[in-house]
Amino acid sequence: MSSKQSNRRKFLKRSAALAGGLGLGAATKSATGQLQEPEAYIQGTDELVAYGKRSRFVTSERIAHGGRASPDTFGLDFHIASPIQDSMGVITPSSLHYMGTTRGSFVPDIDPEKHRLMIHGMVDRPLIFTMAELKRLPSVTRTHFIECAGNRSNSRHTTVQETHGMTSCAEWTGVLLSTLLNEAGVQDGGNWIVAEGVEEVKGASSIPMSKAMDDIMICYGMNGEAVRPQQGFPLRLLAPGFEGILSVKWLRRIKVVDEFYMTYNDYGHLHQDADGAAMGMQIGPKSVITYPSGGQQLPGRGYYELTGLAWSGGGAVSRVEVSTDGGRNWKDAEIRGTAHRMAHTRFSFEWNWDGEPCELQSRCTDELGSVQASRAEIIEYWTQRGQPARVKGQDNSIQPWRIDRDGSVHNAIA
Amino acid sequence: MRLLRLPLSALLSLLLMLGISVQAQSPTYGIGRTPTTDEIRAWDISISPSGEELPPGRGSVGEGSQLYLEKACAGCHGTTGTGGLAPRLVKLENVSPDAGPWALGRVLPIRAPYATAVWDFINRGMPLYQEGTLTPDEVYALTAYLLFLNDVVEEGTVLDEQSLPLVQMPNRETWAPLPDWWTPGMPRLRGYPW
Repeated sequence: MSSKQSNRRKFLKRSAALAGGLGLGAATKSATGQLQEPEAYIQGTDELVAYGKRSRFVTSERIAHGGRASPDTFGLDFHIASPIQDSMGVITPSSLHYMGTTRGSFVPDIDPEKHRLMIHGMVDRPLIFTMAELKRLPSVTRTHFIECAGNRSNSRHTTVQETHGMTSCAEWTGVLLSTLLNEAGVQDGGNWIVAEGVEEVKGASSIPMSKAMDDIMICYGMNGEAVRPQQGFPLRLLAPGFEGILSVKWLRRIKVVDEFYMTYNDYGHLHQDADGAAMGMQIGPKSVITYPSGGQQLPGRGYYELTGLAWSGGGAVSRVEVSTDGGRNWKDAEIRGTAHRMAHTRFSFEWNWDGEPCELQSRCTDELGSVQASRAEIIEYWTQRGQPARVKGQDNSIQPWRIDRDGSVHNAIA
Repeated sequence: MRLLRLPLSALLSLLLMLGISVQAQSPTYGIGRTPTTDEIRAWDISISPSGEELPPGRGSVGEGSQLYLEKACAGCHGTTGTGGLAPRLVKLENVSPDAGPWALGRVLPIRAPYATAVWDFINRGMPLYQEGTLTPDEVYALTAYLLFLNDVVEEGTVLDEQSLPLVQMPNRETWAPLPDWWTPGMPRLRGYPW
């Protein structure tokens, strides 16, 4: 008899004894009665049947970002950061997706039946589409991150939500902009587009035609449902891998033009030098460890699956490395699932904490071969060229987390 | 297979012809309708640096200073263009003239490389809660006043659709456009190790 069968037989005998015992006295509790009971049962309601809700024990929430309240004194929503310390996998739930607006905005309440998208300017055939018409056109569904250019870590931040919460990733569905532009017929010299929303400030961004014809999507779907109002319902332009301000929400108009139009959004992201301008569109390779991360507490020494997110505006993540000694030695982390282009990519790393103070870092390499650098490396690069001692362009530097002897985790940016 | 036996030049010209027929772009799906000229004019509020979309109209610095109070700009931006809850509208003080326009602050009517950007934003985004209610004349006047507050134009200035694009903003030549060599999908910067 194998040991497994033997164990099974012992278990059956013990169960029989328990069952026999039950008949002897009411004071003996049933087997299930000795297990932890739920706190309560959630009353079924028509509302919960129609639309589900998360557990009251799950309290993960977004927070206002960058020191400005949302809503602010005027009632405008500005920048709101996603709780990526609690993220699992790569999809950000739509209700927790980070949010950013031009100037600060009221979220428009748009009737999709009345919403229209116009394409005009340097095209052969200006066109107006209804939402229903857009949905008749060939669609694509792709997983992409969107990240705000203001997603900059600094030494005052304590949690990963503060250092990196202005990025999120969703599965987007819509029409390729190239499909619409080909319908309209782009004329020679139409080198840029200006994309504009319907919110009260009518936020608009200039985007190069090369990007527009490459992979920009006009999205009506997000994570299996309609795009949420805070994310641009009913229609959002998505510029994969580009700074978030270019993914224009509440999209109603695309004008094909000959030059950079210097819109208010463009002005807000203006650069003084060509290097900065080159780095001011596409987001570099980036990663961050979300567990353990700042503000968290390790219960003690022993095994942990260290995990985090990696992404790049240059394409798919090809490699993620982890250091547990402050960047001296690096080992490959494991990429979990498929590394999609311009998408959050989950990585994990098997780690045994010996209980000694240490510093955790992660480093991303993308399909272009670009590697995420440390803040020190970037600053050295620019200061050697007579530039200010700061991370130029969108900040994709390595995030260090320090673990103290008591298991507390801290932002280790000096 | 027959295609492969063609001389390379013939193959290339065939591809070129195919390419041209794609570029001529007859609509594939025939979905969507053609907007009217009036619809396009009403929707098109983008003002380019050349000012080609600017509507006719005119406004003076003096009229702008009155409108700044009447339209409640002062309530949020402060009576002198600074000190309110909303972003400041006048350049930073006590900045060395040698420091260049970027040292004057992130202030639209001084940092914007083109005066058209100032007009465009007032027109589309102001006043808060009443966006889109200003007439073209009022937007010209308010733009003139803000440019006067920042020492860009003289007190007697009147701006219209002809003169506005000609205003020389101090940051006109001191910003960097996206370099011609860069296209999406390449590393962010040539020679940059990361």
